[in-house]
Amino acid sequence: MLQMTNLSKVYRTEVIETYALREFSLHVREGEFVSVTGPSGSGKTTFLTIAGLLEEFSSGEYLLDGVDVRKLSDTQRSRLRNEKIGFVFQAFNLLSELTIEGNIEVPLRYRRLGRAERQRRTREALERVGLAGRARHYPAELSGGQQQRAAIARALACSPRFLLADEPTGNLDSLMARGVMQLLQELHSDGATIVMVTHDQELAARAQREVHLVDGQILDLGARLGAQGAVQLNLQPGT
Amino acid sequence: MSIVGYYLDLALRSLRRNAVLAALTVVAVAVGIGASMTVFTLFRALSNDPIPEKSSQLFTLLIDNWGPRAAIPLDLRLAVSYADATALLQARRGLRQSESYAINVTVTPPDPAASPISASGHAVSADFFQMFDAPFRSGRPWTGTEDTSGAPVAVLSAQLADRLFPGQNAVGREVIFNEQSWRVIGVLRPWDPQPHFYDLIFANDDVFVPFESALAHNYNTLMAACNTPPPGPSAQAKKASDCLWVNFWVELPTAASVRSYSQFLENYTAEQRRLGRSYGPPPAYYLYDVRGWLTRQHVIPDEVRLATFVAFGFLVVCLLNAISLLLAKFTARVGSLSVHRALGASRLDVFAQCLLETALVGAAGGLLGLAAMLFGLKIERLMLGETLAPLARLDSGMVAITLCVAIASTIACGAYPSWRASRVPPALHLKAQ
Repeated sequence: MLQMTNLSKVYRTEVIETYALREFSLHVREGEFVSVTGPSGSGKTTFLTIAGLLEEFSSGEYLLDGVDVRKLSDTQRSRLRNEKIGFVFQAFNLLSELTIEGNIEVPLRYRRLGRAERQRRTREALERVGLAGRARHYPAELSGGQQQRAAIARALACSPRFLLADEPTGNLDSLMARGVMQLLQELHSDGATIVMVTHDQELAARAQREVHLVDGQILDLGARLGAQGAVQLNLQPGT
Repeated sequence: MSIVGYYLDLALRSLRRNAVLAALTVVAVAVGIGASMTVFTLFRALSNDPIPEKSSQLFTLLIDNWGPRAAIPLDLRLAVSYADATALLQARRGLRQSESYAINVTVTPPDPAASPISASGHAVSADFFQMFDAPFRSGRPWTGTEDTSGAPVAVLSAQLADRLFPGQNAVGREVIFNEQSWRVIGVLRPWDPQPHFYDLIFANDDVFVPFESALAHNYNTLMAACNTPPPGPSAQAKKASDCLWVNFWVELPTAASVRSYSQFLENYTAEQRRLGRSYGPPPAYYLYDVRGWLTRQHVIPDEVRLATFVAFGFLVVCLLNAISLLLAKFTARVGSLSVHRALGASRLDVFAQCLLETALVGAAGGLLGLAAMLFGLKIERLMLGETLAPLARLDSGMVAITLCVAIASTIACGAYPSWRASRVPPALHLKAQ
């Protein structure tokens, strides 16, 4: 499903090279729920944006559903992102000028789906997250938890091959966070593949497999629920 | 809704969301467009081809009948002598040809209670109307025979005919010019070629009478340049002089006919020299087509050229301001655009969205600019002299040009901010949203 092999991301200036990811390898199989943890600056967000095709990498290989993304143009990457990946952000990233319905339709528009199909998918996604009655509301009219549910609905409406969640409960109080986490676990139980970046060890522990990042490299803590996780240790000598 | 319709919807929402910035951008475009197009309206009217279908086939000419002791250089003269014009007319070497000179007459209206009217016009040859495509509303032009015989016939403008004979057909009626009776044989439809190429000095035409009839009725010339004093002030006296007061136009429809006519002029001036007349050395003539004549006469004054240049410079300054505002606007939208990128929009999608938003700003700026133009043209008419003021008017062509320039220039200016917006790395802004 998602296979990164010896992937590096280097930020270069005239005098210094900074590795955000170094020789990074990870294989996420279909149906897995993987959490990615690590301290600030460990490369979690860089991993997520590269996985989400929002950023390019410096070297290595990344196969998304068997497609070598390095060879794709921006338009092809955008189409692949639209078709395969659903995002759930810490800051929700709902568009304030659009209603919840309008927000959910955005990726469907870029997929050039017809009006009836868009409406059907929007309705189903909103029902799935329990916001069917809030379709015509604007994001500012919803609570944080509801906004995050709407963001998840936006991701679900596209039937993505996997969900990328970046600190999905980071802006929520504990009650709302539990609700959102519960929803993600339900989606996983229904077969969704989820990769969640978080610094919250308690949340990370609820994933099927936890991957710990330090200085752009993986410290895989192993499979928690069965041995499905592809364990890859790429520790450099001395780290 | 198609994807373009969706982009339009997003653009309108974005403009509403940041209304102050959008309004400032629209005003920047409108001010630039209003100022530049106000001046350009005049420039365009002056550089207009007044008779586009035939402008390369109609020629006027100057002949150096004064020789080396000329009071005015050949290239500064405006007309030819009666002797030369008549000789060329009688030679009939062109498809059509016409002499003309400007006249003023006092018209006595048929209604005895009405006051006399002062009217301007031209005394012209029979070919004039067909040569210049003057459109007849009723009646006909006069014939060559009526011209040479000095028949008292006239063609009126629609405006004068309607004023003298309201609600009636003027053709066949008698009119009194300078207390002499003339018979109306034709009425033109409204016709006002701009610039008034066949006489750039006297541009009002309410009355047309046959050339020889005007002379027979002693209608004086309004302007003449003489190398030696004429024997008297009347038009008849000027006929025998070397004074230049007749505009001569000839229609030469093919390149071969132009070459042939040039050769004819060579031969004609050479013959005059052989006869001992003080014609200049060859080539003692200039032949101008309509465009060439307008250029030679500096129909576009240097002041108007300069003002147009300055006005477009001002437009550039306004558009540079618009670029800054658009950059600020798209920078403010970068978070929202990053979300669109994350949800599947390509760089091209983002670029198209921003460019469409820019086009909307351009269209709004163009419409507001048109309103500014109406005001600007009003001021321009007050400032310009009587000859140029009528040219400062807004027609449908100018409306279309203004809107096109506004939208095209704004899109051109918006291309860079749009491109910048499309290149912003979305990852940077999704976290901070």
